[in-house]
Amino acid sequence: MAERVRDGRRGAAEGVPEGRRGAVDCVPGGRRGAGERARDGLRAYWLIAGMWIRSTMTYRTSFALTMAGNLVVTGLDFATILLMFSQVDSLGGWSLPEVCFLYGLSATAFGVADLVLGSMDVLGARIRDGSFDTLLVRPAPVLAQIGADRFALRRLGRITQGSVVLGWSLVSVDVAWTPAKVLLVPVMLAAGAAIFCALFVAGAAFQFVAQDAAEVQNAFTYGGTTLLQYPPTVFGKDFVRGVTFMLPLAFVNWVPAAYVLGRPYPLRLPGWTAWSAPLVAVVCCALAGLAWRAGLRAYRSTGS
Amino acid sequence: MGAGRLYTAVAAGGFRRYATYRAATAAGVFTNTAFGIILVYTYLALWDEKPHLGGYDQAQAVTYVWLGQCLYATLAIQGGGAEKDLMERIRTGAIAIDLYRPADLQLWWLATDLGRSLFQLLGRGVIPFLVGAVFFPMALPADAGTWAAFLVALFLAMLVSFGIRYLVALSVFWLMDGTGVNQAMMITGVFFSGMTLPLNVFPGGFGEVVRVLPWAAQLQMPADVLLGETGVAGALAFQAAWAVALLTAGRLLQTAATRRVVVQGG
Repeated sequence: MAERVRDGRRGAAEGVPEGRRGAVDCVPGGRRGAGERARDGLRAYWLIAGMWIRSTMTYRTSFALTMAGNLVVTGLDFATILLMFSQVDSLGGWSLPEVCFLYGLSATAFGVADLVLGSMDVLGARIRDGSFDTLLVRPAPVLAQIGADRFALRRLGRITQGSVVLGWSLVSVDVAWTPAKVLLVPVMLAAGAAIFCALFVAGAAFQFVAQDAAEVQNAFTYGGTTLLQYPPTVFGKDFVRGVTFMLPLAFVNWVPAAYVLGRPYPLRLPGWTAWSAPLVAVVCCALAGLAWRAGLRAYRSTGS
Repeated sequence: MGAGRLYTAVAAGGFRRYATYRAATAAGVFTNTAFGIILVYTYLALWDEKPHLGGYDQAQAVTYVWLGQCLYATLAIQGGGAEKDLMERIRTGAIAIDLYRPADLQLWWLATDLGRSLFQLLGRGVIPFLVGAVFFPMALPADAGTWAAFLVALFLAMLVSFGIRYLVALSVFWLMDGTGVNQAMMITGVFFSGMTLPLNVFPGGFGEVVRVLPWAAQLQMPADVLLGETGVAGALAFQAAWAVALLTAGRLLQTAATRRVVVQGG
């Protein structure tokens, strides 16, 4: 084990300076294109995440156990749905395979966002203990650094669990599949993951303002994925309006899934909205990016 | 200082410690309220489909949801109460200091946790419950007797909750790291307490088993007392029996741990 630990450390030590090296030469250049900045960010993200993966893999048994635990924890939501359907045949007029379709899309899309940016809630703690300042002086995009901070591979558990349910629902749901419907499934997953990523970034930006209040974002992230696991017909009309127009969670699965399943659109939205999810995702990400910038600019160190 | 005063002071300290983080508390209130709203809608759909499921009508099901959100942090249903600090002290070896204090280890931590529970109930639990009562039809008792019985049931639920978490925390004396047991505690706590669905909705033999496990004493029993769905004496006896059993087991395990285990340290 000692050998492995040392290996892990060496791996980590190799990772960080390389990331710095890569990023250092972006400084003298001054203003550079957004494309290049994005590439630097992705590179830094990948290096830091890689470091965390190597350190996780040092304790393989522990990793296997936490991953299994993660599968079960994230599966509790699904157990609830199964328990409900042990008592009834439909919920809000939707059958079990249809609800599973919603569940699979919501859980998988959220799982991807959670894997990529789920550790961002440590931002509040980092601001409080002052270690956030360290990230600011490193020549790599802060968003990439904080996003990859404590990258947790065990979060593959939720993705695995969600995609198994999704897979089952795809074969058991009563749908006449057309090429358009088949294509919409991966589009939904990608757009949904991006919308949830935007939520995580916006939540992190909010923590600059309210450091201790990190839990508020759970209402939108975890709360969001939970409510999307149920049919829109379950919720009150004003509630559905809120999560369509104010916080556009409905585009993660409700609206596009209505097209796939041939069900009435929530709020009687027009048919083309089923394909608007990628656009909504881009707008969400842009707004979240602006919020993040504003938060970062407003940041004042703890000073102690 | 008398023993009573000592443990009261410890409990007051636990209360004040959690009362310090106002923003975090407000955030918790917001989150519990949001989850309450989501759950209420799903429950209403379920009870719409099958009225009188588990013996509840819709208003009772709604009350159950908001009581769950009210007691989620109060009873530390997914962990994160005083046992978190206790585990950390065992892991780092700081527990040695606690052991030579002229106070009983179990009572000390019980007092801390009761202080925390009380704050979480008042600071974090009451508001979501009131929000629920304002915006959704609830089935709340009108007579003071039921409310009094509910408060007793709630206190017993706090004891049971601590009893479970204390046993889990003590396991760290042997395991050295609490990550795994914490995760197990979270899963069992959320599922078997009835946080996802009331335990009287669980089907068949599985439901029978789940309803006699100690976790049933946490949320289901206080809820059933409040909703008038169970005999008060039987419910309180069930909770008290589990409280005694768990606290006794905790005491035995504590004795074993302090006798046989070498404290961590360096």
